This record gives sequence, C-alpha cells and structure tokens, in this order.
Amino acid sequence: MTDVMGSAPAGANVIVAGVGGQGVLMISEMIALAAVDAGFDAKQTEVHGVSQRGGSVHSHVRFAARVHSPLVPIGQADLVIGLEKLEAYRFAPYIRPAGTVILNDHEVSPVSAGTAGVEAYPHDAAATLDRMGVPTRLVRATELAERDLGNVKVANLIVLGFAAPWLPIPVDTWAGLLATRIPPRFLDLNRRAFDLGASLAQAAGPGPAHRPGPAPALPIVTA
Amino acid sequence: MDPGSDNRQGPTMIERRFLSGNQAIARGAWEAGVRFATGYPGTPSTEILETIAGMDGVDAHWASNEKVAFEEAMGYAIAGGRTLVTMKHVGLNVASDAFMVFPYCGTNGGFVVVSADDPGMHSSQNEQDNRYLARMARVPILEPADPQECHDLIVAAFDISETFGTPVMLRTTTRTAHCKGTVTLGERRSPPMVPSTLRAERFSVPIYRHRLRPGLEDRIQRLAAFGMTASFNRIDKPRHPVGVIASGISRAYAREILSDADFFDLAMTHPLPLATLIAFCAAHDTVYVFEEGDPFIEEQIRACGVANLVGKDRLGVMGEYSPERLAAVVTGGAAFETSFAMDAPAPPRPPMFCVGCGHRTVFDVLGQLRVTVAGDIGCYTMGALPPYEAEHTTFCMGASIGTAVGLVRAGVKRTVAVIGDSTFIHSGIPSLIDAVYTRTPVTVLILDNATTGMTGQQSHPGTGTALDGNTAPAVDIEALVQATGVRHAVVVDTWDRAAVRRAILAALAHDAPAVVIIRGPCQLLPEMRSRDIQPLTVVEDLCTGCNACYRIACPAITPGPNGLPAIDPALCVDCTVCQQFCHFDAIVTREAMMDGEQRFAPPDTRSST
Ligand SMILES: Cc1ncc(C[n+]2csc(CCOP(=O)(O)OP(=O)(O)O)c2C)c(N)n1
Repeated sequence: MTDVMGSAPAGANVIVAGVGGQGVLMISEMIALAAVDAGFDAKQTEVHGVSQRGGSVHSHVRFAARVHSPLVPIGQADLVIGLEKLEAYRFAPYIRPAGTVILNDHEVSPVSAGTAGVEAYPHDAAATLDRMGVPTRLVRATELAERDLGNVKVANLIVLGFAAPWLPIPVDTWAGLLATRIPPRFLDLNRRAFDLGASLAQAAGPGPAHRPGPAPALPIVTA
Repeated sequence: MDPGSDNRQGPTMIERRFLSGNQAIARGAWEAGVRFATGYPGTPSTEILETIAGMDGVDAHWASNEKVAFEEAMGYAIAGGRTLVTMKHVGLNVASDAFMVFPYCGTNGGFVVVSADDPGMHSSQNEQDNRYLARMARVPILEPADPQECHDLIVAAFDISETFGTPVMLRTTTRTAHCKGTVTLGERRSPPMVPSTLRAERFSVPIYRHRLRPGLEDRIQRLAAFGMTASFNRIDKPRHPVGVIASGISRAYAREILSDADFFDLAMTHPLPLATLIAFCAAHDTVYVFEEGDPFIEEQIRACGVANLVGKDRLGVMGEYSPERLAAVVTGGAAFETSFAMDAPAPPRPPMFCVGCGHRTVFDVLGQLRVTVAGDIGCYTMGALPPYEAEHTTFCMGASIGTAVGLVRAGVKRTVAVIGDSTFIHSGIPSLIDAVYTRTPVTVLILDNATTGMTGQQSHPGTGTALDGNTAPAVDIEALVQATGVRHAVVVDTWDRAAVRRAILAALAHDAPAVVIIRGPCQLLPEMRSRDIQPLTVVEDLCTGCNACYRIACPAITPGPNGLPAIDPALCVDCTVCQQFCHFDAIVTREAMMDGEQRFAPPDTRSST
C-alpha cells in the first residue's frame, strides 16, 4: 500500500481559508500553479455559491507526483493558511501532527456577531491553536498591507510570501509565476507584497523548508 | 486571456492548461467544433457558457430558462450543427418536456446537454440524481472524474451523438465542475453541418410516435453494445481480490484510497456494459461500487444477481462523498482522524445579503408587516434567515406567485409573493397571468436588481446586456406586467425604506393582483462597484448605542473598540439604509463629519453630566 492520500514525500496538502473577498481562491490557485510549474501534478478545489455572500470560503490544493483527489482529508494537511482567525481555527482539525498553521492576524466578525454571539469569536485563535499543540505562525498581513503598501487587497500576497518557505517549491518558481500571472499594472505591488511576506518569514526564524522525511503512512488496507 | 492559459511553452509543444472542469468542458466542446451554445445559469454549471462565450466561431447566449435553451438547441442540432446546452440538475426538470421527447426523433448535428448535479446541496434546493432522467429518456450518459476527462469526454460525447443520432448527457457534479487540474488541449475541428431535411415523419413526434418508438429501444441497445468496448471505460486485468467500480469524482477518491485494487473506471454510466461488469464482479471477492447519489449503477448490477458488492448499504444515498467517507467504509472505521481536538466549536459564518444589497429593506418591511411571504429562488431566499425570517416558503424557480395564489385561495390573508427579475422572466410570467385570470388578490414584489445575482451576475432578457457583454434589447417589465392585466403596478427605489413600505401597504390594500417593482442594481455589478462611493461613519458623540443599526445585519457594521457600532470604510458602499434606521442622526458620510465637526458637537446637556 502506498501513502498517496497523504502528500507524497515531495508534495503537500494545503488548505487556504478566509472570508469572501479576501482573495482565498487567488492564492490557492497560485499555489497550485506554482506546483505545476515546479513539475508536480496538482489539483485544486473549492465550492462556489453562497459562500461568496460574506460566508466562509476555503480551498484545497494537493500536489505530488500524481494526484487524483482534490480534497485534503481531515488530519492530512501539511499547511493551513488562514487569511482570517476564525476561518483558520475552523480548519485546525485538518492539520496533520507535523503540520503548520499560517495565520493572518485579522478578524472579520460574522454578521450575526454584531448583536449576539460576540463572545464565541476566537479572538485568541493563535494562543488556542498553540495550546492545542498546532504549530502556528502569525503574520500581521492586513495591517502591513494597509500601512506599508497602502492597499489591504494585497494582504493575501503577503500571506502567500510568508507561507512560501513551508512549501516544497523552489524560490524562483514564485517570481516567475507572479510575472506571468499578474497583470502588469498590478505586478509591482503584488511582488512587493509577496517579498514583504517572504522577508517576514525569514526574520521569524528558520521555518522548515518542508517536513523532514516522508509523510507518515495512512491506516488504509485494501480488502 | 483565457483563464489559466499557459502559452509559455511555445506553439510547437503540446499545450497544457490548468483548468476547472467547467472550463475544460467549454474548451473540449470548442475543439469538438461546437457552433451553438446556450443554457440558463445555475451552480455548478454556469462557467461553461461564460467561458465558451469568448471563443471564436461559437454563437453563445443565455436563454430565458432551461426549456427555451433546450428547444433552441434542438432546433440548431436538427438543422445539422453541433450544439451544447448547459444547466444545473434542477434546470433539466424545467427542460424535461423537450428532453423526454427529443430522443424519439434523434439529432443530426451533435447534441450534448450538460447536467450539473449537486450532491451535498452546496447551492441547490434538492439532491436529485439526473441519471434517472437520462435513463427514462433513453439518453446515454458520460461522467467525467477530473478536468482532463471533462475535456476528453465532451469531445467523445459529440462524436457519439452524431454517430448514433442521439442527444447525449454529460453529467458533472459540483466537485468535477469546480475542481481544477492540468488539461492537455487539442486543436479545434470543424465538422461540417450534417445535411438534414426536416421531414414530419421524423420530427413530428406526436403524430408519428408509434413509428418512432421502436427506434428508441433499438438505439439504446446499440449504445449498450458500443459501451462494452468503448475505450473510455477502462478495465484492469484481474490481479487483486478487491475490485472497484466507480463513476465521477468517486473514482478519484477511490484511486487514492484503494490504490492496489483493480478498477473498472466507468465513464459511460448509461447504458451500462452489464456483461463486462458481471464478469468483473465474478473475478473478484469483493467489489466496491462508488457512485455519488442514488444506487443507479449498483441496482442494475444487483438486478443481474451479483451479490458480492459493497456500496449504498454502507455509504447511503445522501450527501457528497469524500475521501474520509470512502476510507471509513474500506477500513470499517474512521481512517482519517484529527490529531487536534478543538476547545470549542468554531462559530458559524452564515451567508448574508452583501453590503448595500437592495433586498435588505424589503425583508425588513415584510417582517414588520407580519405578512405571509411566498418566496422564490435567488439571493432574496436569504430573507428566510435571521434576523429577517420574513420568507415562509421557497420551493423552486417561479413558484412564488403560484404558491401565493393557492395560499390566498385557501384563505391565507395578506399574502405576498417575492420574486427576482431573472426568476420572473424565467418562469414567473405565466403564474402572474394566472393570478389575473383567476382574480386572486395577491401582492407580487418583483425585486429588480438588474441581474441574475445568486449565480454570479449573469445577464438576462431584462438587463439590456448579452452574454458577450454587448448591449441587447431589454424587456420592459412594467409594460409586461400591465399587459397581463394587472391594474395596480408601481415602481419604487429599493434603498428608500419608507417608500418600499408605503408601496407594499398600498398593494396589500388593493382588491386584485397588485405588483410592486422594487428596483436597485446589485452592488456587485461593475457599474455599481466603479461609482464614486462616500463611506458612512458613526458619529460617536451622537450614537447612544441603541443598536438599531444592527437590525439590518450589514456586514460593514460591527462593534467598534468602544463597544458602539462602527462602519468599516473599506466595505461601506453608502446605500444609506443604516442611516434610515438611526434614531439619532448619528450616521453620516465621513466627508460630512469632517465638514461639520461643529454641528455634531455634543449638546451641552450631555457634556455637563
Ligand atoms: C431551475 C433552476 N435554474 C437555475 C437555478 C439557479 N438559480 C438560483 S437563483 C437563480 C436566479 C437568481 O436571480 P434573480 O431571481 O434575479 O434574483 P437575485 O439572486 O438577483 O436576487 C438561479 C438562476 C435554480 N435554482 N433552478
């Protein structure tokens, strides 16, 4: 039996989560495209529809030598990238024991929280995740996008740059990808956002380039 | 540029692109030489037509509804041209009158209908498995598992269609439609129009039905024989005790979970290659049948006396499949588990009307008036959710007015039907005519936001624009309503809550069918996004914290650091509805606040206490 459902040693299972309008789908597609450019087979999936009406949005990306299923099973994500605290928290059960959560330090209250349910919002998601034993890296992308780059819209690219060292994708692949996929008039801004994220990751200390060793085998038997 | 296009490899190399299933279907249909494409929006099918609209040599447009789309497609195909028609699963119910009769005469040019099913009901009102409709109609079905197969099977579908003279169904599901993967492309072929003469003996089904009927059975038999050898039904040589028969996305999950097992990859799921399937089952100890939806394949195999199957008995017929769900069946326990227990469950984030949505005022007023509301399908269906809870029934597209007529005739007073502009054109018009014809005093609200909002802002015959972005003639909804015989019809601005309220009250007081057209464009339309927006803000010194503004559940209004409501300037689109709810004039434009610091200074009485 093989460990295909987990990431193959050189691949990864990723979940990107956030709220409609934050650019979840854009960065998950960027990850999939980067993986393809780096020579992997990749699949990405998300559900369109009501989620766009201010609801939660999430996307799965899987890449390896050969990928059939686009869905990351529970407990099998190498990386959960949360553009928003509550949404990152929601997907914590998907993390595998050696996985990591990259968390944008940003809150978007559910609309109902305006009146009721304010208490339920996990304001200290990072601390909670740490206590649960999930390695969590915090990045203040929304704040920095506004303060340093003058545009909150590129917070997602800061987060992507920050997350990149956790993905087994060569550094130059990203630069090439940005140049071919981002329309020229937005390229400079997006590149600066990505680079800002990448430099923050470096400053935050040596994150593992990717998990050491092959992924643990899954308890699957045929018969 | 096409989505996900990748031309960096140069023209001489094989071209590969990262595409969704829907984009791959559009591309495959184009390569197969499709000339005419139509349909009606519906998740998860919508992007097929949106993608194909930009391709050369295809006449593509949105139709008023699925039945009209199907009939236009029939006309084009019997005239000899390759034709694609797309819809979500419930759309085929609307088109089924035509769908059930077209196979009797068959097609000339290739005819493919995409039925996009939605196991798990991500964005649908039911979970019907449309393979039964195709079987009922004697129409062959192809079911892709990934974007590459979406591309390859639609090409095959056109060829099968022309070879056998039959309409073909390509059945996708939410996952196959929206999953992205790498697709190897081909060139566009340009098959000529198939020569055709329109003889009544072939195309006038009611008159000649007895002659045409045997041909239907004969054709499906020939298709079954074809399926036995069709190359896209791949079968492993038996070498393992476990076999898997799987269709659609389940095949992708099964390939990973049971990677050693022998596979019968079923791409053509109707008619089934039963003899080959029986032989496959006989060569294995246990055979898993993985298919989302109903036991369409499994029951047919079981009916042949095969018993060594594991399928719906363990998986059930409800909801979407997942790797977790299949693995649990294979291992007899939970195969994938979380390592991290959550302290507390994550609070839900329910969908809500967008910031600035014009539907807000309507449902606030309807809730206040405590009327009975027969709703319809569209963004306004969310009026049934808190905090409004002002919609009492929603069944299917166009049902609001008919339901309201029935309710009123049964004695339910003060009944209001709520229907969107796209839905009104789709299937609301006949029922409005019926309300007039039966003299039933219903109040009908047509929420005209100038688009098909729910499915992502598609044009329709009332918008004045076409699928390709060009202008188009627009239905005059007021004139149309008048022409049905409705005597009381008014138009109001949806962002003026007082006017909306007055108009609804006046319509309720009218003793015959009355229509209020409540108008205001969807905030997601490009012209609304690009206008000059003056975000509103809360003047803290005037705000008493009464929280009346929360009543509209606007995503831009959340508690600020001081506990008072605050408006996010990045989200606010100055629809002014919250202003109309503030009893203390504490909500103003940011500009007005800067200009009038003085005016908004706290009154002496308050500053002295
Ligand atoms: C038969 C059928 N076709 C298509 C759909 C998909 N669908 C859901 S709502 C909707 C129309 C929404 O447009 P409109 O009535 O104008 O309301 P809005 O969402 O703009 O408020 C469509 C096409 C469906 N549910 N049923």
